[in-house]
Amino acid sequence: MTTITPQRPSHVIADAVTMLDRTMLHMVRYPGLSIFTIIGPVVILLLFVFVLGGTLGAGLPGVDPAGGREAYLAYVLPGILAITIAGTAGGTATTVSMDMTQGITARFRTMAVARSAVLAGHVLGNTLQALIAVALVLGVGLAIGFRPTAGPLEWVAVAGVLALTAFAITWLGVAMGMQAKSVETASNLPLVLTFLPFLGSGFVPADSMPGWLQGFAAYQPFTPIIETLRGLLLGTPLGWSPVLAVGWCLVLAVGGYVWSRILYERRSVR
Amino acid sequence: MTRPAASAAAARGAATAGGTAITPAIEVRGLRKSYGDKVVLDDVDLTVAPGTVTALLGPNGAGKTTAVHILSTLVRPDAGSVTVAGHDVVRATAAVRASIGLTGQFSAVDTLLTGEENLLLMGRLRHLGRRAAKARATELLEQFDLVEAARKPLATYSGGMQRRLDLAMTLVERPAVIFLDEPTTGLDPRSRRTLWGIVRELVAEGTTVLLTTQYLDEADALADRIAVLDGGRIVAEGTPEELKRLVPGGHLRLRFADAPAYDSAATLFPGAARDDSSLVLTVPSDGGTGTLRTVLDRLDAAGVAIEDLSIRTPDLDDVFFALTGAGTTKGSAS
Repeated sequence: MTTITPQRPSHVIADAVTMLDRTMLHMVRYPGLSIFTIIGPVVILLLFVFVLGGTLGAGLPGVDPAGGREAYLAYVLPGILAITIAGTAGGTATTVSMDMTQGITARFRTMAVARSAVLAGHVLGNTLQALIAVALVLGVGLAIGFRPTAGPLEWVAVAGVLALTAFAITWLGVAMGMQAKSVETASNLPLVLTFLPFLGSGFVPADSMPGWLQGFAAYQPFTPIIETLRGLLLGTPLGWSPVLAVGWCLVLAVGGYVWSRILYERRSVR
Repeated sequence: MTRPAASAAAARGAATAGGTAITPAIEVRGLRKSYGDKVVLDDVDLTVAPGTVTALLGPNGAGKTTAVHILSTLVRPDAGSVTVAGHDVVRATAAVRASIGLTGQFSAVDTLLTGEENLLLMGRLRHLGRRAAKARATELLEQFDLVEAARKPLATYSGGMQRRLDLAMTLVERPAVIFLDEPTTGLDPRSRRTLWGIVRELVAEGTTVLLTTQYLDEADALADRIAVLDGGRIVAEGTPEELKRLVPGGHLRLRFADAPAYDSAATLFPGAARDDSSLVLTVPSDGGTGTLRTVLDRLDAAGVAIEDLSIRTPDLDDVFFALTGAGTTKGSAS
């Protein structure tokens, strides 16, 4: 049902930049959503480290109970970074849904603007925002005593994994924003993503969970992403995690892209 | 309400009908669209000559918006051929999009930006170049009386201002064909007049306009030709004058003080339309004084007093109600 209409490639890129500028302008003008995506993870981080961290850290394998809190901060931070990225999907979905219900999207569709440019504006803008959020949350982690052992190469890899994750999650957020029939649904749908790191190795080791949950916890997308971050930041064994993490990100990004693309054609007419 | 542009345009429309080689701005043949079992457009034909205004008139749910969405490439037709500005809407989507502008029922503006930013955004998406986009935005802000509000967020705009900005955004690159989907719905009378003025200026400059409306006065004031859409079919098409001629006469409206008087009058005029709740009878008339005298004589003879009497000559309302069968079960059997 999609019509392939030839577009001058230079226009597609120019339009994508225009759309990206528009998304960034929205964020600067209305920072409420952006600030919320940072406050949430920071509160969870502080809660888990200072309230629960002593006990949880003492339960980690091979940790001296006296140094529980410090050990738990190191353990939980990669999970918090994952939650930060997952949380930005809510903001993405909300802004996309607002756009779809506003009528401006219908205008874009009646103009000779490439569809991919409209979607790229949303995805690139929100990916950038997710990376800013994750950098700030990491900053808070460092401020309260997180001491990674990563060298320059590992840091580059960490940035790459975070960017790829943010990119994939943002595509999902865009699709969810288009799927939702109202802005309220759009802001709630991605909450599912925020809970996933809890059902993986984000907060406690997956092998401490009941058997039926372990299987899910070990292979769901966030576990290899968190394990990869943990390995790069703290030198824990990486194993197959980086491969799985990249694979999951690609699957999620492509899935989100296809989903959004189909919905974009269908939904922007009211 | 003089319309110098309209008469010239009507002449051009007639020239097209006569078979002269003017490519129509819009040509629709055998257009069909259904959503599931619901037939929204059923074999619609429509031709719009360049530089004219055609109003697509019809009640809610007649298929007006769907027709505009198909013409503006938002929705694909099920069957039929549709060309806009000489391009097929299905096969040459990009070419159509480059020559049209749509201002819909719902504001297609970015409410998080200012008025000026909205216009600049359109300029960039039309690839005007930074300086030209800026110049065009300034020009449009002046033309649409939005200079003071230019740098304010849209949240502070009134409905009329948003609609003007919406139309200004459509006009950033002077499209050849403009679709206005119920452009004045929800506007106050003054804003409506302003918008009408803008539409007339556009047409005077050679733009083709297809307008949907449920307001007959709007169609009467703006349109060179009117197509009446009901139940997904075009039930009538012509100039406002031609359509008015379809309804033979006007009518007399008789209101009575009480139910007994109303009932006895109703038996005197079995052909009259009844409105029992407000005790009003509507008697068809040929517009001359003959009917009036007959009606009054018959009421006098029966000793029935009238509370209030008014005479109405036919207007588009009569055409509309006669054609769309509003309030009756006639439907679109024709």
